[in-house]
Amino acid sequence: MQARRSAILFAWLLIAPALLYIAVIVAYPLVETFILSFTDASLKKTTNWVGWVNYEKIFNDTFGTVIVRTFIWTFFSVSIKMIIGTFGAAMLNSAVPGRTLFRVLTMPPWIVPMAIGIFMWGWMYNGQFGMISGMLQRMGVVDGPVAFLAYGSTAFWATIFTDVWIGVPMVTLYMLAAMQAIPQDLYEAAWTDGAGRGYRFRRITLPLILPAMITMSMLSLIATFNSFDIIWILTRGGPSGETTTMIIDTYHTAIGSKKYGEGAARAVLICIFLSIFCFAYFRVTSRLSQEHAR
Amino acid sequence: MSYDKTALINRYKWYELIGIYAGIAVFLTFVLAPFVEGFLVSLKPLSQLFSSPYRFWPENGSFEAYRTMWVSVPGFARYIFNSFFISTVATVIVLLLVVPASYAFARFEFKGSGQLLGAFLAVNMFSGAVLLIPLFRLMRSLGVLNTYFAMIVPGVAFLIPSAIWLLRTYMMRIPRELEEAAYVDGAGYFYTFRRVVLPLATPGIAVVAITTFIGAYAQQFIFALTFNSKTEYMPLPIGLFAYFGRQEVIWNELMAASFVGIAPAMIVIFFLQRYLVSGLTAGAIK
Repeated sequence: MQARRSAILFAWLLIAPALLYIAVIVAYPLVETFILSFTDASLKKTTNWVGWVNYEKIFNDTFGTVIVRTFIWTFFSVSIKMIIGTFGAAMLNSAVPGRTLFRVLTMPPWIVPMAIGIFMWGWMYNGQFGMISGMLQRMGVVDGPVAFLAYGSTAFWATIFTDVWIGVPMVTLYMLAAMQAIPQDLYEAAWTDGAGRGYRFRRITLPLILPAMITMSMLSLIATFNSFDIIWILTRGGPSGETTTMIIDTYHTAIGSKKYGEGAARAVLICIFLSIFCFAYFRVTSRLSQEHAR
Repeated sequence: MSYDKTALINRYKWYELIGIYAGIAVFLTFVLAPFVEGFLVSLKPLSQLFSSPYRFWPENGSFEAYRTMWVSVPGFARYIFNSFFISTVATVIVLLLVVPASYAFARFEFKGSGQLLGAFLAVNMFSGAVLLIPLFRLMRSLGVLNTYFAMIVPGVAFLIPSAIWLLRTYMMRIPRELEEAAYVDGAGYFYTFRRVVLPLATPGIAVVAITTFIGAYAQQFIFALTFNSKTEYMPLPIGLFAYFGRQEVIWNELMAASFVGIAPAMIVIFFLQRYLVSGLTAGAIK
């Protein structure tokens, strides 16, 4: 009994520094954000309690549109990432010569400084001389140069496309790991029964990687919802606000306009949405694992 | 049975092989296109970049931009140094916090330990932007805006969760018997941790150190953008971003600078890819 207690004490001692760090850098600011969201905090010296005013403003403002846009942006980015990433993993999972090299070649977008990858996209989207516009012109798809980042609709899809590009390596490697964890004898049994390759993929691979797909889409959803660098570097939320997501709007309000209170209310809303995602995710996974156990 | 079934079911017919290679080619084209284009741009003379019609391959390509960018991207050497400095300090702090904590999570189960681990991982849920307002006010009142401190300390929090996850998985694989033998011999917890566990965990710690460094090098953006406006402290992404945002960007030099900036990550990938792929996906499958 005595030894047990000292073990617990030792464990707490080991965890304490990290816990304290997170408490100061994450937990305390979270609480502070919540409190600030009910005040009119700004650069002024005085700060007054204003109740729900900041939240009411959110829905009177254009923020309603921003919320909807954020969801659309996230939905398309995550879905496309998952499709391309799973496709890539299936290809890289094949036992063909050179696969180790191919696997390594998927990693750069994820591992190099994100901003630098985005600069390269900034050039590719360049209206006058960029690669995509240039290629499209040469192929005769368009007559003149296309400035992708200058128009709302194209800029919206351009930022999604870049976000997909950044996220795909992570999805690919994760799905690849999931595919490699599938026991080989399942395939052997199916093969002995005369099942073809496509059938084996549909009936063995896909069901068995489903839990990993759900986990990955969840992680991807959180990262995408929080995506800041890509939009900020490419468009800063423009043109005329057409690529402004909740994170970008929060940054504009809080840091750009120094309206800390209003920015905090937006941040709280982001936290609420993310908590709902996580809650839904745990419900889905626990139900899945129960079905699996049955 | 003497034949290897695994080899048999993995054998592809010729048209399947073509299909797979075509699929890989399409996939890798998507992943690598910006790098290929960026590299070609860095080789082109500026006049060629700004001429119609668009040409993919450079004519009279040269590495000239790699020489001139040291002068025309002001402060480039300083940005590189800053990026390295920030990432190194961040990695050291992460290791000091995470090595003990992940051992505790790997070996000791106590009331609430699972929830506590979950709480650490939940940090990943929040982006810097959500915490930015209080952190900004905190840094301002501490008087540390425009210092390395403000760029390093908040960023570390976001490197902790994945480091704990990775190292915990690694430490759970270390055989428990050695520690138990030490306890039987009368060694205390702390002595066992330092003399038995730490040496065995060194390879895992090395992988975590490398991934943390890359993470810190790759992701230093929002805190550096918000908490620092001084050129001499800017890390590479922010320094180049300031340059990128100008009216007239000398694109071939920006791309040359980008490639010099990503060289460290590329070298790491090249030498450590085996550990990286297995290490980064270790936490993926329970």
